[in-house]
Amino acid sequence: MTRSTRPGHAAYPRLGLPSWVFVPAALGALFVVLPLVAMLTQVEWSQFGALVTSESSRAALALSLKTSLASTVLCIVFGVPMAVVLARSRFPGQSVARSLVLLPLVLPPVVGGIALLYTFGRRGLLGHELDVLGLQVAFSTAAVVMAQTFVALPFLVVSLEGALRTGGQRFEEVAATLGARPTTVFLRVTLPLVLPGLASGAVLAFARALGEFGATITFAGSLQGVTRTLPLEIYLQRETDPQAAVALSLVLVAVATIVITLTRRSRTAL
Amino acid sequence: MSLHATLRVPDRDVDVAVEVPTGRTVALLGPNGAGKSTTLAAVAGLIRPAAGEVRLGERILFCANGSSRFIPPHSRGIGLLAQDARLFPHLSVLDNVAFGPRSAGMPRGRARDRARHWLAQVDATELADRRPGALSGGQAQRVAIARALATEPHLLLLDEPLSALDVETAPSVRQLLRRVLAGRTTLLVTHDVLDAVLLADDVVVLDGGRVVEQGPTSRVLTHPRSSFAARIAGLNLVRGALDGDVVVGPEGMRVAGLVDDSSVEGMDAVAVFSPAAVGVYRVAPQGSPRTEVRATVTDLEPHGHQVRVHTAYLSADITPAALADLALTPGDEVVLTVKASEVAIYAG
Repeated sequence: MTRSTRPGHAAYPRLGLPSWVFVPAALGALFVVLPLVAMLTQVEWSQFGALVTSESSRAALALSLKTSLASTVLCIVFGVPMAVVLARSRFPGQSVARSLVLLPLVLPPVVGGIALLYTFGRRGLLGHELDVLGLQVAFSTAAVVMAQTFVALPFLVVSLEGALRTGGQRFEEVAATLGARPTTVFLRVTLPLVLPGLASGAVLAFARALGEFGATITFAGSLQGVTRTLPLEIYLQRETDPQAAVALSLVLVAVATIVITLTRRSRTAL
Repeated sequence: MSLHATLRVPDRDVDVAVEVPTGRTVALLGPNGAGKSTTLAAVAGLIRPAAGEVRLGERILFCANGSSRFIPPHSRGIGLLAQDARLFPHLSVLDNVAFGPRSAGMPRGRARDRARHWLAQVDATELADRRPGALSGGQAQRVAIARALATEPHLLLLDEPLSALDVETAPSVRQLLRRVLAGRTTLLVTHDVLDAVLLADDVVVLDGGRVVEQGPTSRVLTHPRSSFAARIAGLNLVRGALDGDVVVGPEGMRVAGLVDDSSVEGMDAVAVFSPAAVGVYRVAPQGSPRTEVRATVTDLEPHGHQVRVHTAYLSADITPAALADLALTPGDEVVLTVKASEVAIYAG
């Protein structure tokens, strides 16, 4: 086979890649793609519109989008300062703090839901204080947002901390010698420079929040229009109306595809 | 405003005292790892020394002698120009230069006027609307100079400002610096003798985190006392004890010369002479030159129209014809001679 001499290809010559790696690589790709194709073949296209616009479907989709957006905002509000503190300051126990913050990445979501329940639930650590304030958190829409934030926060922190570390402090040092106070440096130099990293982190957090199931059903339950998000709706419909479950799954696949495309675009903009 | 800095940074084994009189430029010279950049970072407030004092005019910016004080970099009134221009990539050239005045609270319009003024000073007016990514290295460094000056700093720190530029661009930026640094209090880190000669009034030579020599640039380069200063000045330097009019250097090497009045018998002295004053022979020449050193050739390199012959301690400049005649290659044994009349000996 002759190698292409077009400039775009010449930059990536195939250097010493053993030919056998293509076999497991193709098998792995097939393993990811085939189930999606299988799902597509099961969709009753004639009823697709009706299935995804039924009252319960619309309620679940609206709730999912609303809560995922809210939790993405919370992830930005808390995650940006967390990433900056982890990347830019030094304090005792920092590596322990980083591990704890990233724990929800590897924790089963159900465990996260139970942990939240024992913190904010009626009998939880803060349950009595919240009760005194007249706040009932568990099994409310607020609980959905909290569960999603809990699992999505590390995604934003990890990707933003990475962007901050890669960027380094060179520009911040110069900004300080130009007379900029720490707040000015943060707002006018640090944040604009990591904006692509922040955008991809936020998109990842949104995607994780959208797909959240385990922590939500444990901590928030499954009340239609209040806590029953799209993944919960799909799981329930699977028992009673498999066609609707497949159709709604397709909606989530579409959203996920859009999200990945957006992330890749913001990465290349970096 | 004059700078007085005494700094101790044990992490990097730096213990130095540096002074820059008002309106003068002092060059910090020294080999890699000598502590030049650490000194600069400590003066700027980017690192915190373990001990010492940094004073700019009457204002104490840092002290850790009994009482403790640390003014953060943004309140020091000290400008920094690094090797790379470090222009903010998300701002236009104009807004880069306006960044300092804006940070000081100046309204946008006035800050931009100030920025245009400084861009004109560095001959970069036409670059105002560009993005930093669309500038050449020399253009970027000009803009960085304008940006540092636009804050009207009391002290300017330059960290090898020309080392990242190619040989065609560096001279014009050096000329620009020479123009804008006139009358400014400046501390300049460099390893280029040309920067020291053209930009600095005084030099401070660092080695191993200590000041090994300081004084007016012309004196340090013509009468070096440290081997680093001698090397960048292109001179041979032999350090040792004075014995009559002879410096007894390493491995018993004896170099005779003209002793100045300040030198005292038995004290440390240096013998300094140009490579052009050194003769190279295969066998010891007839007659008896006062200075005759046996050495092994380590390296040969072109040097202008001549060839520089390096040995362990001394260098010699010979003509290409002489080199062909001697048929030297590295590893050859040679005899080096130096006329006493061309060797200056003074207290080391």
